[in-house]
Amino acid sequence: MGARIMYREPRWRVIARNAFPFVVVVAIWEVLAHVGIFPVRLFPPVETVVVAFVRLTVAGILPHHAFDTVLRLSGGFMLAAIAGVAVGIAMGRWRLAEDVFLPLVSIGAPIPGLAYAPLFLLWFGLGNLSAVLLVGFVSAFPVIFNTWTGVKAVKEIWVRSAQAMGADNRRLFRHVILPGALPYILTGLRLGLAQAWRILVGVEMLAAVPWGLGWLIFGAREFLNTDVMLAGIVIIAIIGLALEKLVFQRIEAFTIVRWGMMT
Amino acid sequence: MTASPERWRMIGRATATLLAAAAFYETVAQSGIFPGVLVPTLPKVGHTLVNLLGDGTMLRHVFYTLVRVMCGFAFAIMVGLPLGILMARIRAVENFVMPLASALMPIPSLAWVPVFILWFGLGDTVTILIVFYAAMFPMLLNTWTGVRAVNPLWLRAAGAMGADEGALFWKVIIPGASPFIITGLRQAFQRSWIAVVGAEMLAASDWGLGWVIFDAKEFLNADVMMASLTVIGGIGYAFERLVFGSLERVTVLRWGMVRATKG
Repeated sequence: MGARIMYREPRWRVIARNAFPFVVVVAIWEVLAHVGIFPVRLFPPVETVVVAFVRLTVAGILPHHAFDTVLRLSGGFMLAAIAGVAVGIAMGRWRLAEDVFLPLVSIGAPIPGLAYAPLFLLWFGLGNLSAVLLVGFVSAFPVIFNTWTGVKAVKEIWVRSAQAMGADNRRLFRHVILPGALPYILTGLRLGLAQAWRILVGVEMLAAVPWGLGWLIFGAREFLNTDVMLAGIVIIAIIGLALEKLVFQRIEAFTIVRWGMMT
Repeated sequence: MTASPERWRMIGRATATLLAAAAFYETVAQSGIFPGVLVPTLPKVGHTLVNLLGDGTMLRHVFYTLVRVMCGFAFAIMVGLPLGILMARIRAVENFVMPLASALMPIPSLAWVPVFILWFGLGDTVTILIVFYAAMFPMLLNTWTGVRAVNPLWLRAAGAMGADEGALFWKVIIPGASPFIITGLRQAFQRSWIAVVGAEMLAASDWGLGWVIFDAKEFLNADVMMASLTVIGGIGYAFERLVFGSLERVTVLRWGMVRATKG
């Protein structure tokens, strides 16, 4: 991206420009916190939050929570990716699979994922199993839809020419259908991961998992530890940003570079 | 809207699938492998749904949820839409808001629930704010992208033909950005719908669809949960199809912006 910009601002100016709004917000926060309109316990000054963040990180509590959350996210997302791509491809290739799954998926998709949470908790108990299954279940929908669309969007003429040139089913799938549908599949995976991330924190609060950022924040409320809650939110923002920069933008760049912006 | 044979075939297959799925579920439920409270039979779910609708409790829950979601959603539009336009038109606003928005966006709205509960107490304020937070970013970003995507040639043409700022805004920028704005509204509503259910579960009040489902878990009322899931899914679907579908028809199609919607 950077190469396309004709004139480049010096690096320090870019940093300063991006940092400026945060400085303003932090300053306003500090003033509000120190004036004492709100109780300090509920509205801690920034330095208290930073201290809490450092203390929890050094003690290993915050990394443990974060690690478990990321693990749960990857577990649920893996389930969604494997099941979603498999179902989506089946739907795109076989009439029967499409007829069977499409109505079910169309009915399940518009229900917000968290609404299933109590049902899953009832069926699979409190804890990890429910959380991972629910995240997987919810993020599977965009994966299924996009994979299905992608397989359907593979040009009929490519399939037929490959067949005419004597490709068997396996080769057809591996060399024509999969690459043809890949941009859509990747979009689906990206949407699925974003969905999983949005829902996971809420699920952790509801499912009473032993470790996890959602649970950390929710638990801290009982003791009015607003500083811990805000430190937890900072870590959540960092993980979310990392997902965006390291995963989503990579995937996007990959599809754009290889297929020239197909989705 | 003419029902082609293809369409009839699809409806027929969908009905067959759903009947088969229902029959399968019913067999499992009747067989007694799982306890009846956890896997209620379909007639029981139907009965509960009719009862809840009949005595007006379900309608009241729906009403509360809709009021909350509409308040938060409207609030998000009132802030997100003008701010998005300002960001696209004025460089300084963009430079200030964009870094903040990209830092806040990856934080799932539900992570704020415990913090907001501490600040504002249990109740409607929390739910509305969470909905606002969830709906705000899709609205803001889509408007911003949309206004920036308005063809500069149109702006100059309108300017050359003597359009003043007001006319430029209402006759060129808003219609030109409309496909993106409507995408923003859609996404914002989907997010709000998820957020409202989650927030109602966590910030328990006495009414609301999220609360019913969560409360039903305590009493093992799986039939109530499933009945509410049906209602939640139905409302979500109705909004997506009826409200946003017709909104798209009266704006984007009328202004002839369809091609832009497709990319």
